[in-house]
Amino acid sequence: MTYQLDHQDIREGVSKLCLDFPGEYWQKCDRDHAYPTEFVQALTQGGYLSALIPEEYGGLGLPLSAGAAILEEIHRAGGNAGACHAQMYTMGTILRHGSDEQKKQYLPGIAEGSLRLQAFGVTEPTSGTDTTALRTTAKKSGNHYIVNGQKIWTSRAEHSDLLLLLARTTPREEVVKKTDGLSVFLVDMRDFVGKSLTIRPIRTMMNHSTTELFFDDMKIPKSSLIGEEGKGFRNILSGMNAERVLISAECIGDAKWFIEKASSYACERKIFQRPIGQNQGVQFPIARAYSQMRAAELMLAQAVALYDAGGNPGEEANLAKLLSSEASWAAAEICIQTFGGFGFAEEYDIERKFREARLYQVAPISTNLVLSYVAEHVLGLPRSY
Amino acid sequence: MKVIVPVKRVIDYNVKVRVKADGSGVDLTNVKMSMNPFDEIAVEEAIRLREAEKVTEVIAVSIGVKQNQETLRTALAMGADRAILVIASEDVHQDIEPLTVAKLLKEIATEEAANLVLCGKQAIDNDMNATGQMLSALLGWSQATFASELNIEAKNAVVTREVDGGLQSIKVSLPSVITVDLRLNQPRYASLPNIMKAKRKQLDEKVPSDYGVDLTARLSIINTREPETRKAGVKVASVDELLVKLKEEAGVI
Ligand SMILES: Cc1cc2nc3c(=O)[nH]c(=O)nc-3n(C[C@H](O)[C@H](O)[C@H](O)COP(=O)(O)OP(=O)(O)OC[C@H]3O[C@@H](n4cnc5c(N)ncnc54)[C@H](O)[C@@H]3O)c2cc1C
Repeated sequence: MTYQLDHQDIREGVSKLCLDFPGEYWQKCDRDHAYPTEFVQALTQGGYLSALIPEEYGGLGLPLSAGAAILEEIHRAGGNAGACHAQMYTMGTILRHGSDEQKKQYLPGIAEGSLRLQAFGVTEPTSGTDTTALRTTAKKSGNHYIVNGQKIWTSRAEHSDLLLLLARTTPREEVVKKTDGLSVFLVDMRDFVGKSLTIRPIRTMMNHSTTELFFDDMKIPKSSLIGEEGKGFRNILSGMNAERVLISAECIGDAKWFIEKASSYACERKIFQRPIGQNQGVQFPIARAYSQMRAAELMLAQAVALYDAGGNPGEEANLAKLLSSEASWAAAEICIQTFGGFGFAEEYDIERKFREARLYQVAPISTNLVLSYVAEHVLGLPRSY
Repeated sequence: MKVIVPVKRVIDYNVKVRVKADGSGVDLTNVKMSMNPFDEIAVEEAIRLREAEKVTEVIAVSIGVKQNQETLRTALAMGADRAILVIASEDVHQDIEPLTVAKLLKEIATEEAANLVLCGKQAIDNDMNATGQMLSALLGWSQATFASELNIEAKNAVVTREVDGGLQSIKVSLPSVITVDLRLNQPRYASLPNIMKAKRKQLDEKVPSDYGVDLTARLSIINTREPETRKAGVKVASVDELLVKLKEEAGVI
């Protein structure tokens, strides 16, 4: 079965669902730093978060372009998929590298939504972008691994049953390549929270349910290991292009939301007896933000098309992420400027989306690291880190 | 028992409508189109009737342009069993008149041996509120309009109607044409699995000549214009000033 790239019907379905979650809903979640439970439930019940899981495991087996369409529409409707996008794609690591048994054990529950795989623990306070310098260890002991260490920015850990964890199984000094000796584990946090696992929420400038994790002799069964021991870094990397594409789609959704808001406000708001949008000083920046968004959207479309055709387009996925995160920020900036003082009032949602949109130039990967990738792997420049 | 649900593709209710510069109608180029909200309620009701095993098959029908396929796919994604599209125009700006629509629906209802037609009470684009009534007359079936509650029995339908000043309950014999009002139900959202299933459901494409219906227009639109914008109000300093203004400017006392 071939799919249209634009998935108009899926987009329609998502935007209808989002009508039940208007600005006031997101404002309230934001004000209370509350997880948008009802929204995530509605998406789950609608089957949207299982889009990418193969049919044999209870999902819909749709291509990445469908996932991108879903996440873009959520953002375009003024919502935030950050609360749940991980449920859609974190399972990719299990799908690609897990054993048949692991896939049968976990994927159907994840597809159904009864098992939440929302948390992905890579970043640590002292290693940050330099992933291979991470210090959390998993030591083999009989039929178990004993995990010790700490993670930071592990988002949604309080709203997830499972955690995909990257930890060192062989010390960095004992491996030839620093990317070796890391392993991926799928941890059922329900067995450990409050005992050998402590989850501590971090308050941030936007509502993102992010946390710190502390592991204190957390004893996980050997069967938690996903893929080969010591090859965890590569196993995680293989999913990165999909993640870049999906984040890029969220940014494009944000950019469209900001541009639509700015354009319609500029038509309605009358100052000096005419719409402010009649001034070129107001309309040109909006038109420019639109051009920037369209260019980024084209790169995204290309990345998605290559991915769905069976490729793993590192260059296009990275460029799409870079360009869209900058396009959404440019649109955010011009939207708040167009709204003037009203852009700062919570009830207009602009300031909330403005805070949310800024994240994507830093996480899941910062702009500099994307540029390093392009410089090194596309242009052949010397590795800079 | 089969039920026919006619669905119209109309300008989305969230879109700010713009009148074309030549006054010939509303501008629909690059405008978001959706299923008429009242028709969505009719689709929902039909699906509920099937779920309650009161009807066996829900057939969604749309008459208009090729793009109405999307509207029908929405009905199929909600749960309609199959769909029929009558392509009666290539121009999205051409509205097919109620009488023509009713004639086509009559042929389809007869061909399908349906016993019930559930339609929206009106389309939100031109607010005609005529098709259901005309169809009932053409078929010689009973009619119940503005349904806010519906109960299908063996030979009858009991319908609560929203009328000025209250609710009226009537019993009509089947077959019947029932037009639905806003409060009948809350239409469901299509889930992603159902959106995907809808792609594989049967959607037959027809043209008006298949049913021997001619499309000659009987109505012509003379002019379309924007409603007058409301003028800004004024503040008055005293009751006396108000009285003077009401008498002299507004001329109401
Ligand atoms: C809200 C939020 C949610 C997050 N969710 C998760 C999550 O669920 N799971 C998870 O594992 N992580 C998560 N992260 C972490 C995120 O991936 C990291 O913040 C990000 O990768 C950057 O790492 P860092 O913060 O340690 O910055 P650092 O590595 O300290 O970098 C700081 C700055 O220096 C720049 N820099 C660093 N090294 C170089 C270099 N060699 N050349 C040029 N510039 C360089 C970076 O680009 C960056 O701008 C989240 C972060 C946030 C803020």
